[in-house]
Amino acid sequence: MFESVLVANRGEIASRVIRTVRAMGLKAIAVYSEADADLPFVAEADEAVLLGPPQPAQSYLDIDRVLEAARRTNAQAIHPGYGFLAENAEFAERVIAQGLAWIGPPPLAIARMGDKINARNLMIEAGVPVSAGVWEPVPDVATAVAEAERIGYPVMVKAAGGGGGIGMGAARDEAELVKMYQTARTRAERFFGNPDILLERYVERARHVEVQILGLADGTVLALGERDCSVQRRHQKIVEETPSPGVSPELRARMLAAAVRAGEAVGYRGAGTVEFLLDSAAQDFVFLEMNTRLQVEHPITELVTGIDLVEQQLLIAAGEPPSFTSTEPRGHAVEFRVYAEDPQRFLPNPGEIKIWEEPVGEGVRIDAGYAEGNTVTPFYDPLLAKLCVHGTDRPAALRRAGQAVAAFRIEGLKTNLPFFTELLGDEEFVAGTYDTGLVDRMRRR
Amino acid sequence: MAEVRAEMVANVWKVVVSEGDQVAEGDELVVLESMKMEIPVVADADGTVTALKVAEGDVVQEGDLIAVIE
Repeated sequence: MFESVLVANRGEIASRVIRTVRAMGLKAIAVYSEADADLPFVAEADEAVLLGPPQPAQSYLDIDRVLEAARRTNAQAIHPGYGFLAENAEFAERVIAQGLAWIGPPPLAIARMGDKINARNLMIEAGVPVSAGVWEPVPDVATAVAEAERIGYPVMVKAAGGGGGIGMGAARDEAELVKMYQTARTRAERFFGNPDILLERYVERARHVEVQILGLADGTVLALGERDCSVQRRHQKIVEETPSPGVSPELRARMLAAAVRAGEAVGYRGAGTVEFLLDSAAQDFVFLEMNTRLQVEHPITELVTGIDLVEQQLLIAAGEPPSFTSTEPRGHAVEFRVYAEDPQRFLPNPGEIKIWEEPVGEGVRIDAGYAEGNTVTPFYDPLLAKLCVHGTDRPAALRRAGQAVAAFRIEGLKTNLPFFTELLGDEEFVAGTYDTGLVDRMRRR
Repeated sequence: MAEVRAEMVANVWKVVVSEGDQVAEGDELVVLESMKMEIPVVADADGTVTALKVAEGDVVQEGDLIAVIE
């Protein structure tokens, strides 16, 4: 096992990774931008290196600066967290070329899964179901219209190199498609440096369900249950739960087996997530994409399995066997992403945190990136903390969630906590019959 | 006269209109960016853009004047 780990990230995920690194008796090294100097993760690390200005391109996304920080501190391994450089194959290659342990999958697996077109073709070969769609970038709007006729409306317009819901949208007819195609192209170019656009059949009333996989050092790929991520605003997840209330034991077995095949197809090592779109009515699913990194919502899998996923990532990167013997889940867990945004329209709301009081109690876990007195700046995503609850069953977990949401006190800026109170009182959510359209329907009611 | 102000701290990503332009209610004036999100700022009345106080790349604070429509 290496002796020191540099965490190339910020906020709650940096704090989360540092916690396990230190618990394993290893030295944790943080890197930070000028905007983040006062955040908890900087103080929690054994050593911290300033990368540069707040702009991500000159700090957390600057490969040279991150590698220089690793050299200066004699770091022996790098954990990328999620976002920023986590799914950058070039970064992974350069970490390895510098003689450091890369706490992530092989760079080739990142590259093969990072391109959605390539990934979909690989999945077909591996026998994983995929949606009807086009198999190569759609070069112009006329081709898009012709392909959409073939696939059938509604169609989903997606950036080939994208993620996080940016540049994605469903078109119900030709007029909508023409408009959306242009917007998606511009955004894909700007956010991902790749204007390639894909079209896929859009499933109405779909659930978004993903499977956590773990590729062990000996090559075995395990599936550690599913997470339902259907509570979304602007195609981005805000609440996740496990197990999914929309997945039967028979369907679960099929999804987990498909996820293992997906991981095996790319020689996966470490923690990864295979995302599926689930047609609840038909009890059928198709491959969406694979995230080749630790997922934001990994804590709910940790709560039900008792497995520390970050610990397994470190063990696998060091070529060692995992530390658990059983993957059997127990109970039900839910995560709420507490964002610095208004709870009605979900618009970002940076500012100073005047009061921060976290709920405490049995079955409550908070992964926070901020503390009282910190300033939330407009440079990064609005995630303040992840409020996670665990109970013996879904009703128990939701009861606990209601108490925890009510007890979480954040003042000085707007947060989406009031939305969670609303959600926990929503009939569809409580019944567990919801799909990805839930938040839009709640706002129209 | 209608003053259009920023609702939050943000960077000005794109300026869509110029001073002197005729706009209708709901037209995009500028697009702000904050926390990895694009936020369109729209005209809340019909009229002429008589003042435009921001340029692409500027940082605006909550309450800052973006444009005046008369």
